[in-house]
Amino acid sequence: MLSSAATASVPAATGIAGYAWVLLALPSLGALVLLVGGRRTDAWGHLLGCATVIAAFCYGLALFLSTTGLPPESRVQDLHLYSWLPVNALQVDFGLRIDPLSLTFVLLITGVGALIHVYSIGYMDTDRDRRRFFGYLNLFVASMLLLVLGNGFVTLYLGWEGVGLASYLLIGWYQNRPSAATAAKKAFLMNRVGDVGLALAIFLMFRYLGTTQYTEVFARAGELPSGALLAITLLLLLGACGKSGQFPLQAWLPDAMEGPTPVSALIHAATMVTAGVYLIARANPIYNLSADGRLLVMVIGVVTLMIGCIIGCAYDDIKKVLAYSTVSQIGYMILAVGLGPFGYALGIMHLLTHGFFKAGLFLGAGSVMHGMHDEVDMRRMGGLARYMPITTATFGLAYLAIIGFPGLSGYWSKDAIVEAAFGQPGWHGWVFGGLALVGVGLTAFYMTRLFLLTFFGEKRWENLTTEDGRAYHPHESGPVMTVPMIILAVGSVAAGAFFAVGERLARWLAPSLGTLEVSEQGPLNAAGVSVLSIVFMVVGVALAWLLVGRRPVPVVRPARVSAVVTAARKDLYANAINEALVARPGVWLARALVYVDNKGVDGMVNGTAALLGGSSGRMRRLQTGFVRSYALSMLGGSILVIAALLAVRYG
Amino acid sequence: MNGMTTSAGAGAGLLLLVLLLPLAGSLAVTFLRSNDRVAKLTALGVSLVEFVLTLALCVGYRPTGARLQMVSSADWIATVGVHLSFGVDGIALVMIAVIGLLVPVVIGAGWAEKLPAGRSAGGFLALILVQESLMVGVFAATDVFLFYVLFEIMLIPMYFLIGGYGGARRQYAAVKFFLYSFLGGLLMLASAIGAYAYAAAQTGHGTFDWATLAQITRNAPPSLQVWLFLGFFAAFAIKAPLVPLHTWLPDATAEAPIGVGVILVGVLDKVGTFGFLRYCLPMFPAASRELAPLLLVLAVAGVLYGSVLATGQRDMKRFIAYVSIAHFGFIALGIFAFSSQAQVGAVSYMVNHSVATGMLLLVLGMVIARGGSTVIDDYGGMAKLTPLLAGMLLLAGLSTLSLPGTNSFVSEFLVLLGSFPREPVFTVLATIGMVLAAMYVLWLYQRVMQGPARGDALVGLAGGPGAAVDPDSETGTRSARRMVGDLSRREIAVLAPLVLLVIGLGFFPKPLLDVITPSVGATMTEAGFSDPVTSQGGK
Repeated sequence: MLSSAATASVPAATGIAGYAWVLLALPSLGALVLLVGGRRTDAWGHLLGCATVIAAFCYGLALFLSTTGLPPESRVQDLHLYSWLPVNALQVDFGLRIDPLSLTFVLLITGVGALIHVYSIGYMDTDRDRRRFFGYLNLFVASMLLLVLGNGFVTLYLGWEGVGLASYLLIGWYQNRPSAATAAKKAFLMNRVGDVGLALAIFLMFRYLGTTQYTEVFARAGELPSGALLAITLLLLLGACGKSGQFPLQAWLPDAMEGPTPVSALIHAATMVTAGVYLIARANPIYNLSADGRLLVMVIGVVTLMIGCIIGCAYDDIKKVLAYSTVSQIGYMILAVGLGPFGYALGIMHLLTHGFFKAGLFLGAGSVMHGMHDEVDMRRMGGLARYMPITTATFGLAYLAIIGFPGLSGYWSKDAIVEAAFGQPGWHGWVFGGLALVGVGLTAFYMTRLFLLTFFGEKRWENLTTEDGRAYHPHESGPVMTVPMIILAVGSVAAGAFFAVGERLARWLAPSLGTLEVSEQGPLNAAGVSVLSIVFMVVGVALAWLLVGRRPVPVVRPARVSAVVTAARKDLYANAINEALVARPGVWLARALVYVDNKGVDGMVNGTAALLGGSSGRMRRLQTGFVRSYALSMLGGSILVIAALLAVRYG
Repeated sequence: MNGMTTSAGAGAGLLLLVLLLPLAGSLAVTFLRSNDRVAKLTALGVSLVEFVLTLALCVGYRPTGARLQMVSSADWIATVGVHLSFGVDGIALVMIAVIGLLVPVVIGAGWAEKLPAGRSAGGFLALILVQESLMVGVFAATDVFLFYVLFEIMLIPMYFLIGGYGGARRQYAAVKFFLYSFLGGLLMLASAIGAYAYAAAQTGHGTFDWATLAQITRNAPPSLQVWLFLGFFAAFAIKAPLVPLHTWLPDATAEAPIGVGVILVGVLDKVGTFGFLRYCLPMFPAASRELAPLLLVLAVAGVLYGSVLATGQRDMKRFIAYVSIAHFGFIALGIFAFSSQAQVGAVSYMVNHSVATGMLLLVLGMVIARGGSTVIDDYGGMAKLTPLLAGMLLLAGLSTLSLPGTNSFVSEFLVLLGSFPREPVFTVLATIGMVLAAMYVLWLYQRVMQGPARGDALVGLAGGPGAAVDPDSETGTRSARRMVGDLSRREIAVLAPLVLLVIGLGFFPKPLLDVITPSVGATMTEAGFSDPVTSQGGK
């Protein structure tokens, strides 16, 4: 047996774990009070919003510590709350699964969540609706916790669409901006496409196993016919692609940057968009059975990581570059979980370290925007290091972490994935490992470009004004914003080593994900890969320095560029393809059908009525026409009665 | 049997009371119609008492008890075996509860509505109450002939409600509605007589008693069943309109006053889907089986066609009609997929659609009351002016698109999950409706509530029609807010019970499902179907 999560019965939660519903109740209560309470709660709403998440974190920490005290085999517990959807054979519980995997996420969500809540007090301080913002953030935290804590695929689905709703509300936060409203709708729609995949996977599980609860599905996954098994792995992957911005459903994530920056940090970098990785890791007993399913997961992961890297090199919008960086880093995680027992724990490890450094990068970008009148174009920045020392330092550490600077978080977690990919036998090793390695170089390139453009070089903003004519006065943000950034920077530096040394994280996760296996069948060994990835990183950094560090940067981006850059600036035509294949034909179809429905279907009916009633004008001529039609239809009806009776007689 | 009246205990008396109280109330309201306020208060009082009585009915019902409960019967036309008999199963019960809930909500929502010249509120409310009695009667009737009669009579108050109190093209819409439904009813009558004749031929004396008749027709030769089935089916497929018999609904919904529209799509149309379950399946199981592929095509066509058309609508009320057509498609899919999960999903969909789409229509009515236009593109950026109204529109919309955590998710999920084992292809096609639902709901929300504030419809608002309102100017927004008020206390009171049900039935649907499940099980057994999936999985 690969995973002890696949054992038939899971003990009921006892002790402190019996109160795990508190994790959901706290942020739900916060959201309820803030959204229903209205303006009355304006004065203290943000404090309540922070308090519920901090309290949830404290409880989560206590739960974590009590679980680490248990022997590994009893670290997986179920908490039944109530019967949610009971219809004969279908018995869907509303319940929680408390195990190392869900607890890890609980700490990530409430920990990073609490920091970003605190940061938002400062970032949103001039927004009149700050209280509602905290209500939505609390709603998000509650849904995300349900997503990772639910003990079956349907409770996961509830959290899954719940975070989608919170994401929709927060992307569209500046709702009088049409682009924000459109981006929010796009995110929800593309997510819904993925959600249909998840729903169909659930239907297949019920069809073949008669259950949707983790315990039974995992224990009996082996009974699935091979076709259904492969279909389930692909449909779950479709769901993961929607939520995690993976190819071919990646186009919504960069647009989601329309939301306030703390939202980008929490939802669209650290937590929600990694839900796809969680889903595949959680369903490991199913993926373990299907090598074909895992192969497609790897393909999607590696394709997406390349797409993200390439487009990330071309944008000048600081948040969009970070967004494509997120797309690409999640590609690494998806690649890792696609490696199966060789990678589940590595995917989760990269997810955690990414949670630290990417949240840190976004909060840093938010701090820059806060000091620069919400400017996002890096060509209009430069030389900000002098004005924002703390932001520069914390951003710099997160930057070193993401490019895989030796010793920092990203080095441990990303290198491990590249090594594991190279560990695959035959061409798999070369292709997946090789592309992951190229990704390391590209990541170093675009992140260095971003870092240099923003914080170093000339002060290009000095002679510029904002669109509404204000001059730029960059300044450091207050402690309510910098303290969370400092804490995340510490995580960016140290978390990787903490997780990786002695396989601490992998061993902790083993009851949920199975033992982490190491393959030596591949074309390159670990030490060789490690050296190569440092080489690729150095090359990437050097190229970026040659391009933007050494030379002055034009404020307006050059128009005459190569075909590759043009394509990258246009998101590799993903939006154009969506537009041409889905959106425009959809609008045409709707228009055509509206016409047909009015002229065709309804016209036919009115025509028939006119035929019966003499003229259509008469039918509209109220009572006269009415009586006449009435009489005629009675006649018609009587004929039918007779016909029916005759049919009875002679039928 | 001559002149015999039977009834079973207090429950039967209660059901008769629920049946007759609104009728008595409408008489009272008719007498008081000279004073609008008194008439309104009386009607509201009656409907609230009626609501309490329907709750008592639910408390008295035993889900695992007899097939039909609270039964009573009296001779009507003894020579041909027609009785005035009433009784409920779980399916009828939940629909009666929906009626009890929606009528006071609708009366409260229409409290300040301006009626066409020369019409009194008393007359309007008297018709609403008559309509309520007739709707309860249709769901409670257990005699096939009685059902037919109520099915047809039920059209008359609705005809006057649309034709007398509706919009500009109300007469056209009312006539169209009447003709469609009436014609369908005649086809059903033909089939009912046919079934009666068959029973007479088989047993020597004909009957219209539903339970007895169903037992006889159940064993009729399939070729005969198909004919009889089609008569009933035509009536029901017009009522809960399946494509292509739907074109009366957009006109009727668009022209009817908001509250009447809620009753129309919320309750009246459900008689059709109720009829599928109560009459088509148990009476003609062989025909149901044989014609199922055709019906599934119509169901899924309805889901997709209704959804695409909803995205293309410019008028808010017609939008609701097409959304409903899509949802009726889901309900029909659940019914004709023949599994208990799908059918329980379909019945709960009947309830949840009334709550969700009813709420959506009421909220749009509140938008229309402020802007005076039903055209979607006349609005924009209202969320800034009326945040509470925007929140309500979003919640109703999220329930309409079946977001998990809302009531509609439970039913849509059960329909699709239950349909999948037997009908995977149709189910997969129907899931496209899930994506389309997100599109039409969020697009509506975006056009009405988001973007820059516009004054096209909100006449008098900062510069009058056509003027854009500066969203960022503090004074502009504040003065606009004064003119376009957010929800009033009355409007909040009207929406509050629906909000509670949207969330409550989303997280705790068990009480509802537990009432429905045994009755659906009985229907499945009568129709000779068993579930394709056990708790150990399907074959």
